[in-house]
Amino acid sequence: MGNATATGTGTNPSPPPRPRSGLAHLLLHLHPRTVPAGALALPHTFGLGGAAAVLLLLLAVTGALLLAVYEPSPERAHGAVSRIVDDVPFGAFVRNAHHWAANAVVIVSALHLLRVVYRGGHLPPRRGNWLIGVALLLLVVGSAFTGYLLPWDQLAYWAVTIATGMLAWVPAAGTALLRAARGGADVGAPTLARFFVLHVAVLPAALLVLLALHFWRVRKAGGVVLPADGGAARGPPVPTSPHLTVREGAAARVAVAAILLLAAVLDAPLSAPANPGLSPDPARAPWYFQGLQELLVHLHPSFGAVALPLAGLAGLAALPYLAGAEPSTGRWFASPRGALHAAVAAAAALLCTVVSVLASERLRRGPASGPGLQTVLGTGLLPASCTVAAVLLVGLVSRRRGATRAEAVQSAFTFGIVAFAVLTVVGNLFRGPGMVLAWP
Amino acid sequence: MAVTPDRTGPDPGPSRRDALGRVLRILGLLAAAEMIAVAAAYLWPGRGGPARGGRLVVAGPVADFTPSSVRAFPAGRFYLVRLADGGFLALSSRCTHLGCVVPWNEKAGTFPCPCHASSFDLRGEVLSAPAPRPLDLFPVVIEGGIVKVDVSRAVERSRFEPGQVTYL
Repeated sequence: MGNATATGTGTNPSPPPRPRSGLAHLLLHLHPRTVPAGALALPHTFGLGGAAAVLLLLLAVTGALLLAVYEPSPERAHGAVSRIVDDVPFGAFVRNAHHWAANAVVIVSALHLLRVVYRGGHLPPRRGNWLIGVALLLLVVGSAFTGYLLPWDQLAYWAVTIATGMLAWVPAAGTALLRAARGGADVGAPTLARFFVLHVAVLPAALLVLLALHFWRVRKAGGVVLPADGGAARGPPVPTSPHLTVREGAAARVAVAAILLLAAVLDAPLSAPANPGLSPDPARAPWYFQGLQELLVHLHPSFGAVALPLAGLAGLAALPYLAGAEPSTGRWFASPRGALHAAVAAAAALLCTVVSVLASERLRRGPASGPGLQTVLGTGLLPASCTVAAVLLVGLVSRRRGATRAEAVQSAFTFGIVAFAVLTVVGNLFRGPGMVLAWP
Repeated sequence: MAVTPDRTGPDPGPSRRDALGRVLRILGLLAAAEMIAVAAAYLWPGRGGPARGGRLVVAGPVADFTPSSVRAFPAGRFYLVRLADGGFLALSSRCTHLGCVVPWNEKAGTFPCPCHASSFDLRGEVLSAPAPRPLDLFPVVIEGGIVKVDVSRAVERSRFEPGQVTYL
């Protein structure tokens, strides 16, 4: 039986029950006792959510090791990180593993989000867990970003100067928010102290609480989302242990092995110590923020840094509520029509974004437009409302062409997410010195 | 029995337990608000920060600066510009977009920002977006042929005006 081979007990047809450690019990409590056999197939989830959780565990372990040497002060931080890399046995390996796991968890979380949306895993009855998931994504990106400052190198200093500088463009409260985030007028010792405590205490604690809630609600919703056409796809119920646990174990080992292998061969960057008097050229945000940085090149900061990102985030959180009360079909892209509409929306986003970037680049280099209100309207309100209108238009056209409400929302989401992906690619690969558009 | 009409009859209104529970919840919210206020006050940055108040940077004698030239003062975070007509401008080196330090490009005669590709001319005016306003100014005073710059506060402006230039 599959049971015997899965537990690796070889020829013994019915293995005697093994006593379990307390830890195994704890992990089993996150699972139901049985799962539908149909839910075990890899393409249902690709193991992405579980891999993200395992990577967070790896980050906690490597982070604890780094903490034993790191010193959070502007005078000593860069030296401490250099010491970890150069003097501490396996120091470079531990730091590399922390660095690559942090990057991987951003990618894996994003892929997990896409899997959930295109499988309808955010639709009723899983709406509440979608909101927790969006909060978790923010915590993951927040952790990655606060960690970015800690080496106190040029990359860190200027990325954080730019990102906190964006707060200054929040209407009315801007200057106060900026000073609160930095702990002063400029990025300095108070900023490092704030980011440090966020990175090692506040955000991990919040992650732990929300992760537990996230997993528990997956169990409460009856496991992963499956096609709604009844018994055939679900299959008979099988015991969670070993059928699900061996698969999770395999996904966890693959994730950890991939990161440790990467850490052994690829070094995490460490640039020169922070110099508040000199911005590197080009000054680059972390790769996952370069879509936003690209947006900032084109739009007035009140819109590029504040209004449009907030609108996008609100749209993301509201996604299952916009999609209506119908439960998920449990199929990829809801239906073949949903897949077609999403593909067309993706192609439209690719075209529109590339054309807009090229057109804006020409306009930007032209004669300076008038100051004040005119600039705010021309480079802020106008393009920002066009972007929002384009997303809405895609949803409406999709609906008029016979899509269900959920499929129309899926098309609009696809348009927005592909546009952001294109900006991220442009920012990462097509910006040379002086932030001029250039071939990679 | 007295219990039966209680259960089926009209709502008897809030019980004492409900009222106490509500009071407890309100007190809990108040306590939470107080803790948040304490944390916010604790984290709020101090008024002055590292004091730079009223700091005058001595740039040097007027004769040291040739017309149409730019000299960097990294410690004071400004460029001292002498325009073609001999007037002085002290331009903040911070990009008005998101605060990166703009370098001076001698060949192009511009201040190009390395972060989001804004650029500014010799007078600090925006040549290309996304910077929303010209580079900020520091007040320049010339006393006894010596140029001094007051770096205690940057002056924001929406465009270049002749009145911003200091002459000998």
